Amino acid sequence: MSAELFSLFYQFADVFAFLILSAAGLAIVFGMMGVINMAHGEFIMCGAYVTVGLVNLGVPLPIAQILAALTAGIIGMIVELLIVRRFYKRPLDSLLATWGLSLIVTQSMLLIVGSAVRGIGTPEGSFAIGGYTFSTYRLVLFGCAVAVLAGLYIIFMKTRFGVIARATMQNAAMAKALGARTGRIYSISFGIGTALAGLCGALYAPTMTLIPTMGATFVVESFVTVVIGGANVLLGTAPAAVFLAMIRMALNASYGQIIGQIGMLFAVILIIRVLPEGLSSVLVRRGR
Amino acid sequence: MLKLLDGPQTLGRGKIFWSCFLAVLAGALIYPLFADSYDVGNFAYFLIWIFMALGLCLMWGYGGMLSFGQTFFFGIAGYGYGVLAINMGGGTATIAALVLSVIIAMIAAGILGYFMIWGGISGIFFGIVTLSATLVLAFFLGQTAGPEWHIGPARLNGFNGMKGMDPLTVGSFDIEGAALYYLMIALIVIVYVALRMLVNSSIGNVIVATRENPQRAEMLGYDVRKYQLLTFVIGSGLAGLSGALYTSWGQFITPSSIGLPAAAMPIVWVAFSGRNDLTATLVGSFLLLFGFQTITVYSQQAALVLMGVLLLATVMLAPQGFVLGIGKLVVDWWTRRRRRDEAPALADASRLQSDET
Repeated sequence: MSAELFSLFYQFADVFAFLILSAAGLAIVFGMMGVINMAHGEFIMCGAYVTVGLVNLGVPLPIAQILAALTAGIIGMIVELLIVRRFYKRPLDSLLATWGLSLIVTQSMLLIVGSAVRGIGTPEGSFAIGGYTFSTYRLVLFGCAVAVLAGLYIIFMKTRFGVIARATMQNAAMAKALGARTGRIYSISFGIGTALAGLCGALYAPTMTLIPTMGATFVVESFVTVVIGGANVLLGTAPAAVFLAMIRMALNASYGQIIGQIGMLFAVILIIRVLPEGLSSVLVRRGR
Repeated sequence: MLKLLDGPQTLGRGKIFWSCFLAVLAGALIYPLFADSYDVGNFAYFLIWIFMALGLCLMWGYGGMLSFGQTFFFGIAGYGYGVLAINMGGGTATIAALVLSVIIAMIAAGILGYFMIWGGISGIFFGIVTLSATLVLAFFLGQTAGPEWHIGPARLNGFNGMKGMDPLTVGSFDIEGAALYYLMIALIVIVYVALRMLVNSSIGNVIVATRENPQRAEMLGYDVRKYQLLTFVIGSGLAGLSGALYTSWGQFITPSSIGLPAAAMPIVWVAFSGRNDLTATLVGSFLLLFGFQTITVYSQQAALVLMGVLLLATVMLAPQGFVLGIGKLVVDWWTRRRRRDEAPALADASRLQSDET
């Protein structure tokens, strides 16, 4: 019995980790600046390529993954400085600009690197409970997803930066008048967002084939999670991921991955009809 | 009715504009007499995509709804045409398949649009929900390779795409080559003129009013959601028309014409051209398709990189669109010159400028 229960939890954890890791970066950028970064998938791809490149050079996997996330974060801050910064008052144009960037990056990578790069293979290690065997790395991914949420909680609720960032989120003009450097806050937030995207790519790099278009595998999940999660990462994205992971887990188990994805999309479309402001609005209202 | 051809929502009016329009049309009509059949087929191929661009122009430029789902409806109607044409047999039934597949796409747009518009989705989220639906459709069709995925005798064939449907046919006459080209020209003229009349009619004015300020339009007594849904269904239906014609033109369709990067293409054409005007979209999309096809011969990736650069450059340098911007410069220059000739009068310069959003 407990083996079946654990198996259910394992499947849930797998989907939940995927949703949280792919959506967290997008949600931070959306929550802070109201911008959807259409190049989110390309930052994920960047993280994956840097990881694999470093591992092939002999760097241990965990260090390569951290370095990959940092690289994506730094590139993100440069992109913010050069492009995204101009569009904070025109959110729709930011969508187009980052989509243009995404096209440029994906297709240039196809031109330069070619279609496939030698992967590094999932770290070995599995354990058995009852009659089932489970991959340890999948549980590591779940741990990372929880750690990301905890880390974001600490950054945004317990640090000075977090206080200023939340103030900027609530009322940028007022925060600026009180002396907060909103430009710098935006820049750092965008950097955190893309670093999380890079981390997602780095963590999933060992489990999948590396192709320049791999970002597209993640964007649907990240979009729908942010759509129903709304602007608040902790109160929106996390519950949204729990909810979607339940639906997805149930459908995956009986009908396979693609039906799981379609079912998730239908659920999201139904939810936006019922709760136009997203899950976080309900939770926030309850909390008041 | 004809009065509606010119109005506040469309640029270009009066004798000069319509003479140019007729001259271009005449040029397009006699073109097959001079060109070889390969080039005519190629031109017909560019024209296929124009409907999709005009539909997006209506939704985005006039209705203020940025849909990233044009290829979603393109795919639904494209696959729909294939399934119907194979199941109903060739011959004149293909015309029915074309019409039905566009209707199916419009019904799909009605359902998706209902949930999004009545759910109050707008702006950025409208784009990413439609894009999510598009990508999921592409993933789904990509994994239908097995023999169990079929509708009647029509195999979906996964990533390799569906093939083997008949082209549009009347009796025993296949509409291909020059005939298809003339059909495209006729359809484009009809759609272009009809859209001009639509946006200049009272319905069009409500659509534009909704774009400018949905709340104000609602306060004036219009149920803006109905107008938005109408716009979405028409715009997406035009994407469906492109899809059905595409399948008929090449007798195949693959999931890659739905997913990324295909889904970005209509956005690039319309943004670059100038989303606020139908004529600019028509001209600009054609130019871009022509340029894209020329470069694709050498390298598809390079062509797509260029599209990305154009999109980025458009939003950074000319958010209203390059073709529209250049068109306005020419018109301004022309009127300024004429005004200088005719002695200064209090000409209403503002009538040449569309509303800035």
